[in-house]
Order: sequence, then structure tokens, then C-alpha cells
Amino acid sequence: MRISLFITCYNDTLFPHTGKAVVSVLERLGHTVDFPIDQTCCGQMHFNTGYRRAAYPLAKRFVSIFRDAEAVCIPSSSCVAMIRDYYADLADENHDQELAADLRTLLPRIFEFTELLTDCLHLEDVGASFSHRVTYHASCHGLRSLHLGDKPIRLLRHVRGLDLIELPNSDRCCGFGGTFAVKNAGVSTAMLEEKLDAILGTGAEICTACDNSCLMHIQGRLHRHGADVRAMHIAEILASENREREGTP
Amino acid sequence: MTLITVDPLKAPSFPKAAAELLRDTQLRRNVAHATDVIQHKRAALVAEKSDWQALRTAGAAIRAEALRHLDRYLEQFEKQFTAAGGHVHWASDADEARRIIAGILHDAQADEVIKIKSMTTAEIDLNRSLESAGVRVYETDLAELILQLGHDQPSHIIAPALHKNRHQVRDLFAREMHLPDLADDPPALTEAARLYLREKFLKVKAAICGANFLIAETGSICIVESEGNGRMCLTLSDTLISVAGIEKVIPTFAGLEVLLQTLPRAATGERMNPYNSIWTGVTPGDGPHNMHVVLLDNGRSNLLEKEITRQTLQCIRCGACLNTCPVYRQTGGHAYGSVYSGPIGAILTPQLFALEHAQSLPYASSLCGACYEVCPVKINIPEVLVYLRSRVVDKNRNNLSSVFSQERIGMKMMARIFLNHERFEKAQRMARIFEKPFIGQDGWIHKLPGLAGQWTAARDLAPIPAQSFREWWRGRKASQ
Amino acid sequence: MSREAILGRVRAALSADRSAESSPLLSYPRTGTLNTEERLQMLEERLHEYDARVFHCPEQALAQRIFEVLSAAGRLRIIHPAALPTSWHAAQLDWTPDSPGLSYAEIEAFDGVLTGATAAVTESGSIVLQHGPAEGRRALTLLPDYHLCVIFENQIVETLPECFDRLKANAAAPTTFISGPSATADIEMTRIKGVHGPRFLDVILVTRPSNFPKLTFQ
Repeated sequence: MRISLFITCYNDTLFPHTGKAVVSVLERLGHTVDFPIDQTCCGQMHFNTGYRRAAYPLAKRFVSIFRDAEAVCIPSSSCVAMIRDYYADLADENHDQELAADLRTLLPRIFEFTELLTDCLHLEDVGASFSHRVTYHASCHGLRSLHLGDKPIRLLRHVRGLDLIELPNSDRCCGFGGTFAVKNAGVSTAMLEEKLDAILGTGAEICTACDNSCLMHIQGRLHRHGADVRAMHIAEILASENREREGTP
Repeated sequence: MTLITVDPLKAPSFPKAAAELLRDTQLRRNVAHATDVIQHKRAALVAEKSDWQALRTAGAAIRAEALRHLDRYLEQFEKQFTAAGGHVHWASDADEARRIIAGILHDAQADEVIKIKSMTTAEIDLNRSLESAGVRVYETDLAELILQLGHDQPSHIIAPALHKNRHQVRDLFAREMHLPDLADDPPALTEAARLYLREKFLKVKAAICGANFLIAETGSICIVESEGNGRMCLTLSDTLISVAGIEKVIPTFAGLEVLLQTLPRAATGERMNPYNSIWTGVTPGDGPHNMHVVLLDNGRSNLLEKEITRQTLQCIRCGACLNTCPVYRQTGGHAYGSVYSGPIGAILTPQLFALEHAQSLPYASSLCGACYEVCPVKINIPEVLVYLRSRVVDKNRNNLSSVFSQERIGMKMMARIFLNHERFEKAQRMARIFEKPFIGQDGWIHKLPGLAGQWTAARDLAPIPAQSFREWWRGRKASQ
Repeated sequence: MSREAILGRVRAALSADRSAESSPLLSYPRTGTLNTEERLQMLEERLHEYDARVFHCPEQALAQRIFEVLSAAGRLRIIHPAALPTSWHAAQLDWTPDSPGLSYAEIEAFDGVLTGATAAVTESGSIVLQHGPAEGRRALTLLPDYHLCVIFENQIVETLPECFDRLKANAAAPTTFISGPSATADIEMTRIKGVHGPRFLDVILVTRPSNFPKLTFQ
């Protein structure tokens, strides 16, 4: 299968390792990855902060770039949620019938990374091995908009050597929320503190999720506390083949 | 005690109020404990209903139908309720509602009134206006009594004194009811309230209530409660005034068979709350003979035109969105600067009380979606929040301080950058250069200026990697 | 007039959306699946969970059972709706029929009240009164601290929709759903029994041999 990768603006800039991991997993599984170089951002940050007008051309841009893709893989559930939940509204309120029509045919071909593996490729074992204690944080958009359910968990369970530890209240928001983390920094931090208590309580070495945005927020606080836990995107775990030279992940 | 006004016209912004409340560790413990308890009960009872999603859909449809033909159903309610011997009044705003109520009490020669908990009367700040007109008001709901005796503000839609724990209630009752030996277990506190209010129920001849539902088909009012104070007020009084928002109407009597399944489960985590009363106008020989309904608009009709905002009015005030909200959990209700707190308050308040007074509320959410998931009438609160944010941004388009705000400038710049991938790549490289001076000895960023400083106030930031994904990709392609 | 102003605003706001005239199709389970025995058993469980006590008896033993329950509870001065069947009155107790002249304070002073019911709902553990002749005016089941309610097997429905089907014919009558004794969850969200309504609720479920003639109230 030819899979087009929408890496997302912040992964591209801040988390290139996640992108490399996605490519590595998909190629290992025998698929061809394509990266349309003119891609930028889905418009989520603008849309969610109230800059709806700025989001519209970005939505148009995304759809025109990926319109003909066989499948689109996005390693960020909040960006997938933006496209699935709100692009149609943007088309509608801008009376853009062409966008609406293109979107209708494109949407069934858009997958969050773990969705692509489980729903489109029908896989749970992607041949990864990773000998570490890991806990999984269910990011809100993955959980409630994409309804990922236990798909990421099923993938993690098939990773050789991985010791999966359940995170208490894993469905409670970590407090990131995009610009919320800055506009309501106090509340965001209070939410994050609770999340950190839960993560540290598991004794896990790694906290993983399907969204680097939450993980950046979690990792930032872990580092501030000098905690010995690392945040890591699920793609990086699934890409790992434990050539057993690295004692640390 | 932190006391923040719940008058949206005077309240501080959400982040400001929240900062103050976050320091109140006792309040935060109380809120977290109470909402945990109620969430677990709710989850267990929802899980046993295999038809829960169908009931949510049906409940949403009933409420949406009522709103789509609101004028028709209001007129039908008025006709039926009047035919049954009741009086219907219409109030455009809070002031008119207060005047109507004062007039009814004056005609009934009532200088005392007993009250059932009602969000709508809290919205119009009825008690204060009645007291200043010389009418003594007795709140009879336990939580409302706690607030009234403690000169406190409501912090939750169904459990307005949720921010107080048993010890705090004990101290308050001991002082106000002159019961120095009062124990602090909830049964003792409840018994104290029972005795305190008993004589009021038997003595006071006028009562004020809200309405959970108005039924157009039959002209009936439905009140859902737990303690029996509601039944006392609406049965024993001679004059009864129900104050209801115009959105409270539902088309048919049978609609209750859905909403009375979802409301108690969502609200208090019960299969059914102890008491529901449904009555129609006046029943000779049973209950009040002087029965009034005040239908209140107070900004509600402004929400009707657009479907996206209209859904706000579907709310049946169960409070489930508050209990599940991770933001509410941290701050409690007072931070929302309105009697309507939590996620529903964050969308209702800015729409009811002109947007400029509540600009920070649509942003008082991480958009986690937990509120939508639990809503028994499927209000897509995150969708409305995001829509209201765009209204705030649009409204401030010509506001100078906003035009030059870091946020607006930043957003404009980013929007331009994202329209072209070469520009985007350039920006990525620039960012790496700009951040250099801020990278600490350990290789992390600990302090950034401006808005970004809000991030680094609590969190470190890993520096931008030397190579972006697209740079890596391009190099890989070239070497293949 | 604010009436016209409000209705005018509402009509103006909704005018664009009148095309969607179709009334919503509601689909949710309306009828239950339990047999009579299961229905009774679940009702009893649910009532217990609310801290109500539940007793049983065949119809012919009702008066005796009423006497036993009331006397064991120490409730000797009992008020009842005037139209309650006299066959329910056990001779040994002090019975007073309700009358319009009784004040609320006088009603409150009784040891308890005995009534029938319009329906009971298994799923929610609710007793429903439409305040007909065997149930009396609303104050009667509110002011005394003790309520003994007699429910017949054929009055028990499983679901709330089935209950509303029964209430529909008399929809304008005052209707009270009682689900356990009065309670509050206002302190720390913990349900505490006994606030303003009756603090004690006892229920007698009357089972009838199948060949026994039906007894109706209304």
C-alpha cells in the first residue's frame, strides 16, 4: 500500500524521531511511504483558539495536497480529530462545496497512526520488541473523538518484552489543551501535577501516548521535577526492534 | 474563604479567579472528593443501562424538537396551564421577572417566602431583590441553606455547596442555628436542617420554585428533587410561583419517560431521585390555589437562531459535565464568575450575559471532550466553546489592545507561514536560532519570554532538534 | 407586552429553520423483558437499596399484614385517604380518615399514613401516586414521618415508559414519584436518608392467586 504521511507541523519541527519511527514501522511492514513536501499544518491551533478564518485556507490546503492519497497516516490524534470533526463545518460556513465534496471522499482514507495499523492494515503485532516498563496515557482526542479505545493498548501488548502498566485515571486530561496550556497556565499545571502523580505512581520508565503534544507537556514537567521517566510517542516504541545495544530507550 | 462574585458583569477573568482558587487546597480537596464520588456512582448506573445511548439520542431529540418550535410549545403550555387555573407571566429580562414576582407576593400579602433550589432564580439574583423589598426568603434545599447561612455563592448546578465539607457545614450550622454540640456526621447535620426548616414549611404561605420541565401538551410542571423540601413548598403553600427559562418546555407528557431516566442517573448517580412532582395548574383541595409561572427570556432567545448555539438550551441542568470536567475539578465553580459553572457555564454565561463580560470563559477548557461524552442530551460543548472563541476573536478584531496582543500577532504570523511550505521551513530554521540563548547548561530550556513564559513557568522544553523531519526526508530521498 | 416581544424574538430566530418539520423518530426500548416473579423481585431489591422495607402478603391476608407491619413499627395512630377500603383497617389500631378540615399541623402529628398507589416501577424502584381516592391529597403522604404503601402485583410495571403509558389517561392529575424515603446528597455527595419528607417508607406487595377477582381502586 502507498501511504501518505501527514507528519503535522509540530512533529515535523519538534519530534522528527516520531516521523522516522512511523516511516520505519510502515516500511518494515512492506508499505511505501510518501511524504508530500508542501504540507504544513492542519489548522487546528488557529481553529481551536478562535482564529477560524485563518484555519479555512489551511484546511483547503491540506485537502488539496492529500486528495488523491490511497491512505493518509497522521501520528497525532488531535490533528485527525480537527480534520474529521471540523473541516466539514469550515467548508459549510465558507460555502465551499468543492472542499465539502473532496472532504467526503477523503475522510474514509484518513487514519491516525494506530488506527492505520489496526483498522486499515488489520495488525496488532507489528514485530516490535521493547524491553521496558511502559504506561499508556489515552489522549483526549484519541479517546473521545477518534474512539481509539484499546487499539493502542492491543498494539503495545504485542510488543515483545514490553511490560505494560495501567495508568490510573488514564482517561483524564493531562491539561495540555493547546493554547489552554498558556492561556490558563495555572489550571493546566494543576491538571498536569495530578497526571504526573499517576504516572510516577506506576513505576513505569516510559509514558507513551498517540500525541506528542500531551507528551511534550508531560515530559516538560517530568524534567522540571528531575523525574527519571521519559515520554515517548507510541510509534517510537512500535518501531523499536531492541537490537539490544541500547540499555536506555 | 475565597469569595468570588458570581455576577458575570463584575467577575474577574477565569484565569485570575482560578489562580486565587487554586491556592485554596481545602476547597480543591472537597471538590475532587465530591466529584469523584458522584462520577463513580453515575458510571455504574449508566453501565447497567444497555439502552443508554438510545436514551441520550432520544433526550437530545426531545429537547431539540422543543426548541425548534419553541413559540408553538410555549403558547400551548400557556393555554393548558391557564385552562387549569394557573397564571402565566412573561419576562423579557431579570428585572422584569423580579418585578412580576414582587407584584404577585405583594398581592398575596406575603412578607415571607420559602424557596426550592432554582438556578433560574439564582440567575436573576432574586433573593437579594426580595430581601430589599422587605420579603424574608428562606432557602429550603440543604445546600442552598448552607450557602444562605454562610453568605456564600453556589459553586455547582445541582449541589451548590459542593465546595464545603462536613466539618465546615458543622461549624456553620453550630454558629447560625445555635447548636454548639452539633456533631459533624452528615445525618446529624441533615437532622439539624430538618428541624430548622420544619416550622417554616408549616407557617410560610408563599413559595417560589423553578421548573425542571414544563410540559406543553398538558400544561404541567415537573420538579425533580431529593429532600422533600420541594414537595413541602409546592404542596403546603397557598401561593406558588414557578420561575422557568423559556427553554424549559418539552412537547409531550411522554417525553418525561426518557428524561426521567437520564436526568437522575446523570445528575446524582441514582436510578431515580427520591421525589418527582408533576402538577397542572390548580387542583381543588390539594396544594396551592394561587399558582403562577414566570417565563423568563433573559437572553435565551438570542441563542436560538444558529443550531450550534441553540443546542446550549437543550441543557437539563444535571451537572454531569461539571463532575467530569478536569478543569472544574481543579477550581470548583466560583472561578466561572456565574451561577452557571463548569463546561455548561462556560458556554451558557457568555451567551446569556453578553460576550464582553465573559470573554475568558470559552477558553476555560482544555477541550478534552469529557463533558460531551457524559451529557444526557448530547450537547457538543467543545464544539460550542470553539465557536464562541471565534466570536471572541471576531469581536476583538477592531479592539486596539487586542490587535497588538502577542497572541493575535503570533497567530497572524503563523497563519501566513503555514500557507507556504518554504516559508514554514525558513521559520523552523529561524526558531532554532532564536531559541539558542535560552538553552540552559543541561541542554533544556527553562525560561522563555512573553506568552511562552507561561509554558516555562511550570515546564521545561526540549530544544528544537537540529534536523526537522522534512530535512531528514529530503536527505534520505537524495541518498536513495 | 413582553409576551409578544418574546414570542416575536423566538419566531424571528427560528424562521430559517422551519423546513425541518419532521418530528423526531425516537427509538429506545419501551417494554420490559422480566416475568412477573422477576419483576417483583427486582422491585423489592431496588426498594431495599433505597432503604425502604418490603413485605409480602396474599390479598386475603392484607388487613392482618397491615396490622403486623404498623404495630411492629410502633405506628398506632394512622391517617388514611377517606376512600381507602375499610377492609384494610385492622381493628386494633386508631384510624382517622383525611378530611378537608384537617390542618397540615394535624396531619403531621399522626404516627403514619397508609395509602395505595397508582403504579410501581421495577427498574427505578419507584412508587407512583396520582393522588386518586386510595392515595389522597399530596400533603397526606408528605407530612407524617412514616408512609406505608400497599402495591398490587398488577400495578407493577418494569420500565418507566410502561409507567407513563398508565399515567397518560390521567396526565393532568397531580403526580408524585416516590423512590425511597427522602434523602440528600448535598454534603460530600453522599446519600443521607431522611430530610423533609417521610423518613420511613414501608411497602406491602400484594400477590394474588390467579383465580382471585381483581381489585381496582379508581
